[in-house]
Amino acid sequence: MTSETPQPPPGRTSYADRRKQRLDALAAASADEEGGVSLILSAWRRLRRNPVFLVGLAITVTFVVLAIIAPWLAPYDPAARPLLDDIRPQSNPVPGPEPGHPLGGDDKGRDLLSRLLVGSQQTLMVGVLATLFGLLGGVTLGTIAGAFAGWTDSLVMRIVDVMLSIPSLLLAFTIAALASSPSQWTLIIAIATVQVPIFARLLRGSMLGQRASDHVLAARSLGVKPHAIVFRHMLPNALGPVIVQATLVLAVAIIDAAALSFLGLGNPDDRRPEWGQMLGAAQPYLGQEPHLAFYPAACIIVVALGFTLMGESLREALDPKTRR
Amino acid sequence: MLRFVVRRLLQMVGVLLVLSLLVFVWLRSLPGGPVSALLGERQTEARREALEQALGLDQPLPVQYVRFMQRALQGDFGVSTQVLPGEDALDIFLSRLPATLELSFFALVIAVALGIPLGYVAARRKGTALDTTTVIFSLVGVAVPVFFTAFLLKYFFAVEWNLLPVSGRQSIGLDATRVTGLFVLDGILTREWDAAWDALKHLVLPSLALATIPFAVVFRITRASVLDVLDEDYVRTAEAKGLTARVIRGRHVLRNAMLPVVTTVGLQVGALLSGAVLTETVFSWRGVGQALAEGFLQKDYPVLQVLIMAAAAIYVLVNLLVDITYALIDPRIRTR
Repeated sequence: MTSETPQPPPGRTSYADRRKQRLDALAAASADEEGGVSLILSAWRRLRRNPVFLVGLAITVTFVVLAIIAPWLAPYDPAARPLLDDIRPQSNPVPGPEPGHPLGGDDKGRDLLSRLLVGSQQTLMVGVLATLFGLLGGVTLGTIAGAFAGWTDSLVMRIVDVMLSIPSLLLAFTIAALASSPSQWTLIIAIATVQVPIFARLLRGSMLGQRASDHVLAARSLGVKPHAIVFRHMLPNALGPVIVQATLVLAVAIIDAAALSFLGLGNPDDRRPEWGQMLGAAQPYLGQEPHLAFYPAACIIVVALGFTLMGESLREALDPKTRR
Repeated sequence: MLRFVVRRLLQMVGVLLVLSLLVFVWLRSLPGGPVSALLGERQTEARREALEQALGLDQPLPVQYVRFMQRALQGDFGVSTQVLPGEDALDIFLSRLPATLELSFFALVIAVALGIPLGYVAARRKGTALDTTTVIFSLVGVAVPVFFTAFLLKYFFAVEWNLLPVSGRQSIGLDATRVTGLFVLDGILTREWDAAWDALKHLVLPSLALATIPFAVVFRITRASVLDVLDEDYVRTAEAKGLTARVIRGRHVLRNAMLPVVTTVGLQVGALLSGAVLTETVFSWRGVGQALAEGFLQKDYPVLQVLIMAAAAIYVLVNLLVDITYALIDPRIRTR
């Protein structure tokens, strides 16, 4: 008979499927109510509806996309000097806007709009690399302190305390002043070094919290090797606050780069523009041609605001005190 | 309480000792070493060796460090090479200090006087237009580079609208008696009211510029802290007991909410010190910050060494004072 074939009747499969779906939905719903979902997922649910976060995200995404497509978008080569002939040292040191150059040129006759567009690349690079290096240094120190505890922890934390005893921007100036010839890299290293103690402190704090937690105790009693406990059980769970801090540091790095350039400690090679450097270079013309400073400053402010908004709302979303 | 203070003082001495070691290492790792930094362009092999011997740089490093510390404890940090050639580095710091103290003090007063009340009001009216506006303002305030804020204020209030002086600490040609080096205070002490008023006018823009970041931070901490406290059971109890709004505000909310704010204000001294470097440069304010900026630019290492050590010492000392104040307010801290 045809009914004895192993294929189940079509009605039964769909019933089982529907039941499974219903169970899944129920599990998801109860998890939602009881807060049983992962921290990141629940944070994302709140962030999705947070206008502050969305504005920050929109600015950041625009900035990154702009930095990627800038070379195709920019009408001129940022190092070329198409407006050189318009410069009159006495009467007209900075060429104004004209057809083809909507923002005019800078003091060397280069197209300002192109420099602003391409400048997003270097600015993004300075921000990301400084944050990344600071993060690496801080995570290394923080992991050592949090993993070994005891005297290693004390030693590392005293070093961190000393670094924190110099106001951070001042420390960045001091480190940048060490370089015999300033460059993009000395700038990045100076800004990154300042962030190391902050990251280290944060990570060490949450690593120590992890040390005392039940899942680490369980892993230890199961005989998991110490390095596996540190790298698989403690570190991944302790990274949350550090990642949030990194978002905020991106903003700080871009602003600090501008401050270093302003003091003459930035990159003197201006063929590849960076916003902080452009702002620093606009110094001599502040009185007569303030727009040279306004444009790069506005870009820095908007981008720094974007990262700050994102970082602050991330911090709020991940903070257990504000989770209701 | 005494034990707490002594322990914190010892910690501070430790931090400063390690810091001196770092500054020492910093000087040794300068491009080409300290001798090149001193001789600059004039260096020859013979001069190099002579100077190295004279400075004791041919001695082993630990011996050098002990000597460095001996001289430092006697206040001898060498002479300036670039900023004011020949001038004693410590004297440069001391002569510049009053200007920076005056500027930082006014900036801190502005930050606290605006930040705390606005933070409180924003927290009480959470979600209203006032709250949103002040929060946005404080976020933007942090995103603007300090020297650009300084420049904006200078450009509009001094250059465009001509309301306030463009730069400096006092109008040129004004004959004022110096007592403390704090110009406003000097004017008041000597009853030269025109001098005090003139100095005050010069102070407005730089101290406003310097105050933006501390204001934003103090505002945000106050708002967050007041919001936390308003949720506490003891505030609800106080309300249920029918206490007046004034008593609840003063005794229950503000006193508890101020604890984190006090710490934050201490930490803002750091922002003031770094901000002074930028603000003083924009306003040609002849203080420690401007000397630092010049030192960085011209690589005047003896001056930098004094100024950095002094800045760190001030920062650590202020935070020690803050911690002691904190312990006085909150007995729980002392037992730790």
